[in-house]
Amino acid sequence: MPPRYLLRVTEQPRLAEQNAAVLLPEPFVNWFGEKGWSPRAHQLELLAKAQGGQSVLLIAPTGAGKTLAGFLPSLTELANRPKRKPGQAHRGIHTLYISPLKALAVDIERNLGKPVEEIGLPITIETRTGDTPSHKRQRQKLAPPDILLTTPEQLALLIASNDAKRFFEDLRYVVLDELHSLVTSKRGHLLALGLARLRAFVPGLQTIGLSATVAEPDELRRWLVAQNPPGEMAGLITVAGGAKPDISILDSRERVPWSGHSARYAIPEIYEAIKEHQTTLLFVNTRSQAELLFQELWRANEDSLPIALHHGSLDVGQRRRVEKAMADNALRAIVATSTLDLGIDWGDVDLVVHVGAPKGASRLAQRIGRANHRMDEPSKAILIPANRFEVLECRAALDANYLGAQDTPPLIKGALDVLSQHVLGVACGGPFDANLLFEEVRGAAPYAALERETFDRVIDFVATGGYALKNYERYARIRKNKDGLWRVSHPSVAQQYRLNVGTIVEMPELNIRYVRQGRGMAGRGGPVLGKIEEYFAETLRPGDNFLFAGKVLRFEGIRENECVVSNGAGANIIVPSYAGGKFPLSTYLAEQVRGMLADSDRWKLLPEQVADWLRIQQEKSVLPKRGDLLVETFPRGNRHYMVAYPFEGRLAHQTLGMLLTRRLERAHARPLGFVATDYSLAVWALDDMAALFRAKKPSLAALFDEDMLGDDLEDWLNESWMLKRTFRTCAVIAGLIEKRYPGQEKSGRQVTVSADLIYDVLRSHEPDHILLQATRTDASAGLLDVSRLGEMLSRVRGRIMHKHLDQISPLAVPVMLEIGKESVNGGANDTLLMEAADLVEEAMGGRA
Amino acid sequence: MNFSLSRATLIAEADLVGIAGERAVCDRRGVLYFPDLRLLAVSDLHLEKGSSFAKRGALIPPYDTGATLLQLQAVIADYQPRIVVSLGDSFHDGGGAERMHASFRERLEAMMAGRDWFWVAGNHDPEAPADLPGETVRELAIGSLLFRHEPSKTRVEGEISGHLHPCARIVQRGRSVRRRCFAGDGGRMIMPAFGAYTGSLNVLDRAYAGLFRLETLVAYMLGADRIFAISGSMLRPG
Repeated sequence: MPPRYLLRVTEQPRLAEQNAAVLLPEPFVNWFGEKGWSPRAHQLELLAKAQGGQSVLLIAPTGAGKTLAGFLPSLTELANRPKRKPGQAHRGIHTLYISPLKALAVDIERNLGKPVEEIGLPITIETRTGDTPSHKRQRQKLAPPDILLTTPEQLALLIASNDAKRFFEDLRYVVLDELHSLVTSKRGHLLALGLARLRAFVPGLQTIGLSATVAEPDELRRWLVAQNPPGEMAGLITVAGGAKPDISILDSRERVPWSGHSARYAIPEIYEAIKEHQTTLLFVNTRSQAELLFQELWRANEDSLPIALHHGSLDVGQRRRVEKAMADNALRAIVATSTLDLGIDWGDVDLVVHVGAPKGASRLAQRIGRANHRMDEPSKAILIPANRFEVLECRAALDANYLGAQDTPPLIKGALDVLSQHVLGVACGGPFDANLLFEEVRGAAPYAALERETFDRVIDFVATGGYALKNYERYARIRKNKDGLWRVSHPSVAQQYRLNVGTIVEMPELNIRYVRQGRGMAGRGGPVLGKIEEYFAETLRPGDNFLFAGKVLRFEGIRENECVVSNGAGANIIVPSYAGGKFPLSTYLAEQVRGMLADSDRWKLLPEQVADWLRIQQEKSVLPKRGDLLVETFPRGNRHYMVAYPFEGRLAHQTLGMLLTRRLERAHARPLGFVATDYSLAVWALDDMAALFRAKKPSLAALFDEDMLGDDLEDWLNESWMLKRTFRTCAVIAGLIEKRYPGQEKSGRQVTVSADLIYDVLRSHEPDHILLQATRTDASAGLLDVSRLGEMLSRVRGRIMHKHLDQISPLAVPVMLEIGKESVNGGANDTLLMEAADLVEEAMGGRA
Repeated sequence: MNFSLSRATLIAEADLVGIAGERAVCDRRGVLYFPDLRLLAVSDLHLEKGSSFAKRGALIPPYDTGATLLQLQAVIADYQPRIVVSLGDSFHDGGGAERMHASFRERLEAMMAGRDWFWVAGNHDPEAPADLPGETVRELAIGSLLFRHEPSKTRVEGEISGHLHPCARIVQRGRSVRRRCFAGDGGRMIMPAFGAYTGSLNVLDRAYAGLFRLETLVAYMLGADRIFAISGSMLRPG
């Protein structure tokens, strides 16, 4: 069987064969021949473009031989290169390969090494990641390999070393794998800046981007080439997807629940599907869901099928074991989160089960692509909606998939915290001229529109913190010398930079340390099971049981940076929540779901019970037209409820809820709280909001006016924990505060300065500081999703449909069921303190 | 001197906490005021902590000294104390007073004027602060009270100290709230750190072992508008 990145000769176009002889050196042609294979058209097309001096973007589905295509230009060029004579200096790196995952680099080393060896090419291939031992790194500096496989962070480190220029002077190609996933994050910004730097070293540098299908290929084509001035975009080669996947939505025998995310109702049917297939990959959206599903599957696992769990919080060793078992085809099923989204080769998966809604059409396509790496056979997938709205969403995603619709997020402007890190890195590599660096940075696509004033503020920030109060001149990290060049002021600056490089800032986490039962906190030395977020561990009481790595664990206590646990049991088991990993519903799918609600003809495609639900909604209330926003009001108990259905995702709804309650408070409606889902938002109050709307105090239109994104947003933002969390990330990336490393915790809270305190002080004294600006920009795009909320508010202006009801409507049930499950986050912390103080008061009869 | 209006309205009998027979207000801003002595105690100002970090390459905002002094100025204006005791670690390091911006020094001197001001020596600032008025002492006994920076291992009734930066944590409805606090058991009191950049350490940490009578331990947690007295049995570690 051929390796996955090559395809058997099936229907090779003749053109390819003719070209092959022209473009491919003889040993390659022979090698293909010996194997009984033939190069594929896009591989040769890429080779031709690259040999013509162009940078190229290759968009192809998994299994299309992307990797070999990406490396062919390098391999052929290296094959023809004259041998290095004894005594001649070592040559620098010829090709740099950058992937988002260490594991991927390792994988490629193995996959690429084989043809190189079989063809007999004199090419050295090595990886360089965070795991590479220091002696190997040093050796790589002295005798660089021809092809170096690495990550964006390692590239940043290489650039920041003083021999970077020499190391890269022979560089010809940069191959960027999984480009679609790299470019959407701050890692992508760091990488873009790194590329700009490489172009400054080697002006003729060519890039080759490998990507899954994206909504806007031109964005990536620009990203791959210098933008200052913007020249021609990188060449584009698109390989059409293979056979259409066979996707179905589970039409359950059971009742689909109104709300929730567990999909517990479908476990017997999922288990049946696992039994009927060789290897099943089960995707969920969050780590909590992964734990729950894994637990439920094992409860149903009467045949003891080998079913494994894989998510980002598990111990690395554990993850590697699962990956290996998977590659060896030793597993029947694996429950996984997005950690497996990227293109690592897996065993022969013949079924993908997506539990919960996929939240995006492109995401679904990429996940399904995991099954069956042969392009010419259809992948098979089953979608399991966890609740009724998810049925609609799954349907929309499925339709989109057949249409080939893409909804990858648009690229965003380069972040200033990342730029700060890069500027310091450049200075660590050697003296720089600010004018030249500015021009260079503008060559990176995310920073193409960067203004000089902003750039100068970044320099000022890197040098002395960029504060209006000029107190730190004598502590400057970089200084402008008489020759006009900026230099680091002390070698320790470079040391600090190296420790803090990168853009991935984790929430503070604790290691989960297992000890034998009954030893309590005295137990020592058990294995580490993985990591858990500190804030979750802090809500646990000794004796609490929680689910992790598929085991029930008993919480014993927190010791330094460890969460000590033993074997647990019992009925009251808590599932840890994780801050990350919740994707918002994509704008495209939201639009589709709204369309489906409005069009009763399309309900035929829905399971009967869901279509029924919509019919009854139409009877009892109303279904909104496609572009409209439906707002229902109704009394219940002694409260008044308002439920809105914007379908803009949980984050935007949370922001909306926060702003609406502020406004309702000012209108004396006495709001008590709100809860948001991906689809809708419920607000409850003591006063009759419908009466307020009728009296126009305020009108519904005024309540939902876009001006809420002005002062109201500003006021709330400043107090918001989300802004503090975002600030911490920015401050770490920008190098203002240092990353927390395990073990450092021992020094204790009282000697470090927390990001929250810095935020408070900076906000009250210099609200326009560049880092606060960066924070607000980030939060607006990220945790708050303000831009999406803004688009929605402007879209529904004049199109808000108010329906007052005597009782709750069918469509409102899902969000109403969430009330009480999710806490309302606000300035309510003092209320909690008051409750605690009152409890004492009550118990002690005022004698506490 | 007359009782100022603000002072009279600030202190309600119910808010007073007994420490070894003396009565004090635990102010939610983190200072302790003894109305009978007209004495205000504040601990762990850690002035110039920002510049201390900057010196080592972490350029955190240089506004902490200003923020801390502004807050201190506000409480002094409210209580108009005759005596002020700064309970040690007033400066983050020995060079702090020298590094302080001239405008901050002026502000500090203005609020010191007309009062007895004591700098209790701390582990961060064992020497007297350079060129500042006030008297530097190792410890200070007034009435039944003893002011010192570090709480002593042996029990001393009436001891008021700082150094440990106490905070307390409760969990209510599945959510965790952590705040700076005064920690007292009726006999001794450990004050929260006042400085803008000072972190805190949970009163249940082993650093506090043996310091309190646990059955009467109360954490006076700092709220936005008031103090919340939470009994020791409600508190959570971490």
